Amino acid sequence: MRGMRSLVAQGFVLAAALSIAVSTAADYVAIPAGKILSVLANGADTEPTPMPAFSMRTTPVSVGDYLAFVTANRQWQRWRAPSVFADGTYLHAWQAASQPGATMRAGQPVVNVSWFAAEAFCEQEGGRLPTWLEWEYVAAADEHEIDARDNPAWRARILSWYSQSSSEPLPAVGGRANVYGIRDMHGLVWEWVDDFNALLVSADSRTQGDPDRLQFCGAGAISLKDRSNYAVLMRIALLSSLSAKSTTNNLGFRCVRPQVTGQK
Amino acid sequence: MNRRSTFRTLLARAMVALWFATGGVNAAPPPATDSIYQLDLALTNQRGAEATLAAWRGKPVIVTMFYTACQFVCPRIVETIKLTQARLATPLPVLMVTLDPARDDSAALAAMAEERHLDPKRWTLAHTDPRNVRKLAAALGIQYRELASGEFNHSSVILLLDGEGRIVARTTTLGEVDAGFVKATQMVK
Repeated sequence: MRGMRSLVAQGFVLAAALSIAVSTAADYVAIPAGKILSVLANGADTEPTPMPAFSMRTTPVSVGDYLAFVTANRQWQRWRAPSVFADGTYLHAWQAASQPGATMRAGQPVVNVSWFAAEAFCEQEGGRLPTWLEWEYVAAADEHEIDARDNPAWRARILSWYSQSSSEPLPAVGGRANVYGIRDMHGLVWEWVDDFNALLVSADSRTQGDPDRLQFCGAGAISLKDRSNYAVLMRIALLSSLSAKSTTNNLGFRCVRPQVTGQK
Repeated sequence: MNRRSTFRTLLARAMVALWFATGGVNAAPPPATDSIYQLDLALTNQRGAEATLAAWRGKPVIVTMFYTACQFVCPRIVETIKLTQARLATPLPVLMVTLDPARDDSAALAAMAEERHLDPKRWTLAHTDPRNVRKLAAALGIQYRELASGEFNHSSVILLLDGEGRIVARTTTLGEVDAGFVKATQMVK
């Protein structure tokens, strides 16, 4: 009888996972090629970096998306993911291996996921995490223009998010779309990038006596070009402080596909 | 075969059976949960031979990441590993994985190994695809970034893995021996 019940329960979980997977089939939109003057100086290069076209997921990965992922990929369930890939707070608010917390909603962005877990998720969607430049390129847009970074009102709106308390439950994904049709780049969660470990603004490089020569081959640590863009600098500061197995309550992710494939 | 050795064989078999029964050990138990060998990636060495990263499991190994075009820091990494090895009764195997797989093919790695007199019995210089470079660096806590010039910024770190693939020591000291790191290499299992 118990076996029967658990079988039925599992059926429900599976059905729920499948229905979520179907109802939230990830949308990717094409991001046209262009240029970005990154807040990160790239060596001696002060010219904008050319960006090839790519596709990006319109919203961060949701709890529902992630439930479908861990249902199909048991090795990424809470308690199962190897500790080398995910720290002790990985999915810590989930109540069971393939069951989100009682107060969590399918539409909320998934958080407490490590870089390795996020990469694995993106790989099974046929993509990868965005590079920092890809993320910054898309995050520079507002509803009207592709580079709104000099717009004081827009900057103020983004900064106001950082001053809000993080104790409130996270709203669902699907905020206002920017000019590309991408949502929630600002104002919802922090996001992993593929090359988070390329943002060499590390404690090491500041504290070592001669970081250029001893810590790094090449041109040394990155210097920050545009110090007035605090919102973006805070992202870099956070990302560069993480290790690949780190998880936090406000850190989620989205994926990109290198080719422009349109919608799934 | 005398009776005594038959008894020994039986005893050995019983012990093996016991291992299986307790679920502790079988032919290829999965790596420890905190082992770098959880990473499933293939490496190609300076002679063009392929092996998985996990093939290193079983013995301690010194690991670092570098690239052959690096003229200043990377030679010092090699030099520092040599200095460290000189303090050990039995030198450890060394695995150096390139950050620059686009340029560092097996031939480039072989050329560097020869130039630096790196005994292929002990030193493995390897390349893997760019996605795996990013993952390995992430697991080892190594930061790197390709510059527009084709050079790489990277943290110069030498790591020591135990036989199970756990990071047991790391050093950023170059050009001289890090006493703590040497001590770890002498104690590691």
